[in-house]
Amino acid sequence: MTLTTTISGWGNYPQQEAQLLTPSSFASLKASVKQDGDLIVRGMGRSYGDSANASRVLQTSYYDHFVDFDAKTGRLTAETGITLREILKVIVHSGWFLPVTPGTSYVTLGGAIASDVHGKNHHTAGTFGQHVESISMMLGTGEVVTASQVDNLDLFHATCGGMGLTGVILSATIQLIPIRSSFINQKAVKADCIESACEALDDNDSANYSVAWIDCLAKGKHLGRSVLMLGEHAQSGHVEINIKDPICVPFNTPSNLLNSFTMKTLNGAYWQKTRHNQTQKVPFIPYFYPLDAIGNWNKLYGKPGFLQFQCVIPKYDGIANMRKLLLEIRKSREGSFLAALKKFGEANNNLLSFPTAGYTLALDFKLTESAIGTLHRLEDIVVGMGGRVYLTKDAVMQEANFKTTYPNWEQFESVREKYGAIGKFRSAQSQRLGLA
Amino acid sequence: MKRVLIFGATSAIAEHCARVWAARGDELYLVARNEQRVHAIAKDLKVRGAANVNTYCTDLNRVERHVELLDVIDEALTHIDIVLIAYGTLSNQISCEKSVEETLSEIKTNALSTISLLTLLANRFEAKREGTICVISSVAGDRGRASNYVYGSAKAMVTAFASGLRQRLYKSNVTVVTVKPGFIDTPMTAKFKKGPLWTKPNLIATRIVGAIDAKKNEVYAPFFWWLVMWSIQSIPSGLFKRLRL
Repeated sequence: MTLTTTISGWGNYPQQEAQLLTPSSFASLKASVKQDGDLIVRGMGRSYGDSANASRVLQTSYYDHFVDFDAKTGRLTAETGITLREILKVIVHSGWFLPVTPGTSYVTLGGAIASDVHGKNHHTAGTFGQHVESISMMLGTGEVVTASQVDNLDLFHATCGGMGLTGVILSATIQLIPIRSSFINQKAVKADCIESACEALDDNDSANYSVAWIDCLAKGKHLGRSVLMLGEHAQSGHVEINIKDPICVPFNTPSNLLNSFTMKTLNGAYWQKTRHNQTQKVPFIPYFYPLDAIGNWNKLYGKPGFLQFQCVIPKYDGIANMRKLLLEIRKSREGSFLAALKKFGEANNNLLSFPTAGYTLALDFKLTESAIGTLHRLEDIVVGMGGRVYLTKDAVMQEANFKTTYPNWEQFESVREKYGAIGKFRSAQSQRLGLA
Repeated sequence: MKRVLIFGATSAIAEHCARVWAARGDELYLVARNEQRVHAIAKDLKVRGAANVNTYCTDLNRVERHVELLDVIDEALTHIDIVLIAYGTLSNQISCEKSVEETLSEIKTNALSTISLLTLLANRFEAKREGTICVISSVAGDRGRASNYVYGSAKAMVTAFASGLRQRLYKSNVTVVTVKPGFIDTPMTAKFKKGPLWTKPNLIATRIVGAIDAKKNEVYAPFFWWLVMWSIQSIPSGLFKRLRL
């Protein structure tokens, strides 16, 4: 069944008219893939920019079945339209957890693999793709193949982080991690400037989970004032899961709701409220997914939508460079009031995977003409520092910057050529970035 | 633990109801036409916590086979607590208007075969004097409209039949629940543009399972359709026939 409708990513920009295909059987899925025309797979539409935009979009909503779960070994196989939230509802009870989770549980398994997502434990656990044992995928020809460390290794490394450009990921087997409790022991560490935030991240390399929230309204000697949130799975307690449906923002709110006065007050209050070295035992849901409590928080940015910028810059000179970036963002007066800062571990072998050793910074920009210019400027600065921008968040990256900072793109293209993906799987993003 | 028998188990609404029951650890009996899909669903429900999942593949449109099918399930049926009848097709109104054959075939799928099952099940439940039969009808059955009156009239028949059956079985301690879903985002409605009145099947499933738990009679899903349909039914026919709804 098809429907022509307007689609966009989570940032609501850019939008595109698309034929939406929602196959509910293998036969109709195969027919959709074999039909002529550009095609991209879409899960929950949570990538921010245009990576799941195309003239034909294959929505995997009805491919959301568990295939197998061994509660003894923690091996899970599921179709890739299932969300991480649905997976959590089943596995947490039996004492298992996702090895890596992004900041929302409303992403599909397929999306997590295609974006090779990372979480607060990147420095200890790597990316999501590093915990995938094998994937079953449909190529552009309609043929179904397995990709893993053993079979079609080149396809495996191109598909994890490959933004859906290699084929349709049908199902995947992942290895979960054992937990004794569904609670997280959270420790807050206050850092009053960017230098001490980065140093605190370095000092806490042994923490399983770590992220710093930067108050972007702090300036001068307090530039980069942050609260680090460290976390460990609690060793005692019990497993429980209390997943509630979110409160929804029913419509786009006036976009000046989030103005600098309200946010300055909120950020200031948060800083005051947080006690240094304060420890708390919190359920995992608010710890990992604070924003999931509000259904469509993206609508808080109003109708025009927003851009998200996430970059990584190398460890070398990283702290000084992070200050330069924050200054540049402050100068633009366009960035959001909060930013996330995190330290990445080493890069993996996946061809287009984003994380590399260094510091990563993520923040939102309300969409305006000048914000696009600001993002281009930031992008150039990051490229100059030897860093790069995350494809899953991107809506505006320039082709030259992509090709410089993702040097494996040519190898990626040759894998796509080999497996019949070229001329078939394409997104607005892949075209913008000059992929075939 | 409850034992639940579902006809049309691959329908999106039925599947999401089954997920709710599976999470509670209930035992499920699934009847569906597509073997590959019902097996995928069965595996899924087991992982989600179902105590056991049994599958039966048949085309429920073949009414003459219903007796035989129920005989196969008979052993299990003596213990069944809940039956959910959830299959159907969304008729293409325009092509039905041009074809008597298609019109009657749609009415057979959406009304006659359901009524055949209800008749057979009613007698068994009446004899054992307990249980719940839930049938998915539609808001479309509340008033025939030009845009889908073939589907609507079939559902109207299901609603009226279930209403009579509810009265008959009341004294045998058997509950008959009629669910009238509004616009639900499922494969059946994939070709429609979705506006604010549309609901996801998982939310409807919670409503349906809740209605069965509470032994309700007739429920709209979501509930606000009660108001929508009450308004539509209140329009005088003289005006109604001039409207495009």
